[in-house]
Amino acid sequence: MADKEKTNIFDRLWSFFASLKLAIVLLLLLAVTSIIGTIIEQNVEPARNIQLLSKIFGVEAAPTVYNIFVKLGFMDMYHSWWYTTLLTLFSLNLTICSLEKFPKTWRLVKKPLTPLSENAMKNMLIKKEATIKTSLNVAKDEFLNSLRASRYHVFEATEDNGVQLYSQKGNYTRLGVYIVHCSILLILAGAIIGARFGFDGFINLPEGGASSVVYTNSGEPIPLGFIIKCNWYDTRYYIGTDTPQEFQSELVIIDDGREVLKKQIEVNSPLTYKGITFYQSSYGMIPDAIGEFILKITSRSGNEKTMHLQFGDTFEIPEAGIKGEIVDFSPALGRDPQTGQLVTYAETMVNPAVAIEFSMKGEAHQGEKKFKGWILKRYPETGILPGGHKIEFIDYWGVEYTGLQVSKDPGVVIIYLASIVMSIGLYIAFFMSHKKIWVRLIPETSGRRNSVRVIIAGSASKNRLALERQIEHILSRASEAMEQRQPQKK
Amino acid sequence: MDSSTFFSISTLSYFIAMALYISYVAFRKSAIAITATTVMILGFFFQSIALILRWVDSYNLWVSTTPSTTFIESILRGAPLRNLYESLVFFVWCLVLIHLIIEFKYKTRTLGAFVMPVAALALAFIDVSGMSKEIQPLIPALQSNWLLFHVFLSFIGYAAFGVSFAAALAYLVMATESRTERAYIFWSITVGIFLIVLIAMGIDYLSMSTASQGDFIRNYFLKATFKSSSGGVVTLSWVLSIAFILLLWRYGLGLKKILTGLAITKNMLEEIEYKSIAIGFPLFSIGGLIMGAIWANSAWGTYWSWDPKEVWSLITWLIYAGYLHARFVAGWRGKKVAVLALIGFIGVVFTYLGVNLFLSGLHAYGGL
Repeated sequence: MADKEKTNIFDRLWSFFASLKLAIVLLLLLAVTSIIGTIIEQNVEPARNIQLLSKIFGVEAAPTVYNIFVKLGFMDMYHSWWYTTLLTLFSLNLTICSLEKFPKTWRLVKKPLTPLSENAMKNMLIKKEATIKTSLNVAKDEFLNSLRASRYHVFEATEDNGVQLYSQKGNYTRLGVYIVHCSILLILAGAIIGARFGFDGFINLPEGGASSVVYTNSGEPIPLGFIIKCNWYDTRYYIGTDTPQEFQSELVIIDDGREVLKKQIEVNSPLTYKGITFYQSSYGMIPDAIGEFILKITSRSGNEKTMHLQFGDTFEIPEAGIKGEIVDFSPALGRDPQTGQLVTYAETMVNPAVAIEFSMKGEAHQGEKKFKGWILKRYPETGILPGGHKIEFIDYWGVEYTGLQVSKDPGVVIIYLASIVMSIGLYIAFFMSHKKIWVRLIPETSGRRNSVRVIIAGSASKNRLALERQIEHILSRASEAMEQRQPQKK
Repeated sequence: MDSSTFFSISTLSYFIAMALYISYVAFRKSAIAITATTVMILGFFFQSIALILRWVDSYNLWVSTTPSTTFIESILRGAPLRNLYESLVFFVWCLVLIHLIIEFKYKTRTLGAFVMPVAALALAFIDVSGMSKEIQPLIPALQSNWLLFHVFLSFIGYAAFGVSFAAALAYLVMATESRTERAYIFWSITVGIFLIVLIAMGIDYLSMSTASQGDFIRNYFLKATFKSSSGGVVTLSWVLSIAFILLLWRYGLGLKKILTGLAITKNMLEEIEYKSIAIGFPLFSIGGLIMGAIWANSAWGTYWSWDPKEVWSLITWLIYAGYLHARFVAGWRGKKVAVLALIGFIGVVFTYLGVNLFLSGLHAYGGL
């Protein structure tokens, strides 16, 4: 008795999940509930959403509504218990529906194709007739060849008044939809694996800084098992504008005390080591940081020298008898359009410039001559000194940090696989069709010559026009081949 | 002539073509229909030239700023699909292309009266929203080979959905019998809201034209009507809108009389509706969702981050998946699925424009 009840419950559950109505309801329910999370900002500080809610429900009611929404999981709704439940129901429904339908589809796929009766052929939508002067055997041969050349799987049947060739291709395209369903389950599996065995984190590394841990959004450290170091960070701008063209950092991986990997990363071009990937995601200035000026000096004769200098440091270009002292720095040097004065127009390193006070000594200068000049990093021509010497302002290093998004997701492989599977499945399900072609050949004798009446009929699960064209093609190829065979026979 | 001149000519042609298609439906003179098609093809021709010219311009811009990239890469980086303006123009191009194919395949010119307004709405939206038409340098996040394929396929999908919307709407117009029918109420209200929002945006544009072109539409969206500081204007907007919808509801049945007897049948419309979805759905799935996920993973480190744009494209995908199952597995036909097709396109419009207008997120560069 108890056993029977159990099977009943199981049966009932099974038929509940096998229902197509449930599938449509779940699809639409997921669609509707998903809207909530796009309106309420997810995982942000309460104030922002309370502000939003007070616009809708009034200032007084907003905190209460907010608390109710928190209980309903709306503030992180895509991970809430009920949304997860909906997704679980959805995958159960998908699985059971597919399992339920698959055997029927499989039987249809496996069902042998049968020849078409004369009446059935008359009623086909796609039909073509022709009479060809040839013998039955030749016609049969050539139609076989022609159908096979179009990759049809051909059978033949002898009939009272002739022969029927019946053929099909693409009968497996019925399975395309199951491939798509499998890929959706794969995606969900990949997502679960990613959530279970992977992590999402971030780390801000100052230029020259290193770390062996990264942090989750809630601030917990995750050990990497190796050290990640940032050599430098740089924003590249489109020439002549302040529009960023690329955000770049040079990263180094130090594992077991050895430098094992070095890569310049950009947005769209991350670095991966031991399954952990580092993405360029943000940047910024380190407050109150004192950096180091990197200058590259090229003298007229081509001698190059790179120097690392502090504020107030002096350097020399021996060949020219020029001494320089670093006296000022601006992260974003520009000219005020009204007053024409030099100003710093941004806090970030949009247009870094270093001011150097030069003093020249020597016969040509009669004593000492001093002058101050700004050298701009993005405009190398500002570093050309009288006499053809050149100072390049490489970087004011050590004042910026690079913001890295760090993630480890072993599920991604499955997601990629699922993507490929889904693309193939969609292609099969929507762009390929199951086509059948029947060719009935009836020999006729008119006078001395043999001729064959050909009736072709076809059916396609989609894109009938394409099948019509294909049938014409098959007919013309067969008749051409027959014409070519004619003279040889004589 | 530069690309913007050609764009203007094509926009003008499309508006004329729309007027012609509608008058063909009203007056049933085949000469008008042939003129409509001719004007549309001319518009399409000019728009294609404009697209190519713009592509060349942005290719040159890319090469001038980044001479070191290879030829192919520069072509990919120059693709004119980098902001909302360019994507809308491309959407219209796809829409007209698909419409042309249908017109020649089904030998009917009636659908133009429904498809061309969708194209015209998109073009009108460009102007009333005051979005930037400049060729902008490509921001770092968009410098990826996925850009072209992701956007290209998504928009062909969107355009196919647009055609299915037009067909489903025409179908509902023809299939609904009385004003109390739910499907009738649904289509008249949907069309009413679409038109009201566009008209309201037009009023925004006219009354706030002092605001600079670069101003984000978010700042003044509906400020001249529904969100006006004057209570009277707000009331008036609501009253007029409700009156407008009521009028549409009252006289919408007249459209049915106009449509019947033309070279278009309900069956044909239903076929166009589901065939467009059958083309749009796989392209949108592969180009929009799958390629988008792969790209997101290589740029942001996560293939799915529940960003509003992602969620809305999922919503759209779910609605169309519901449509396909309702139609092909559950055997729903006619008005029921046509309503789903309309809802699906509302999802598309929101994914495409609504998210950029109202919600913030990672896809913010698709802004105006």
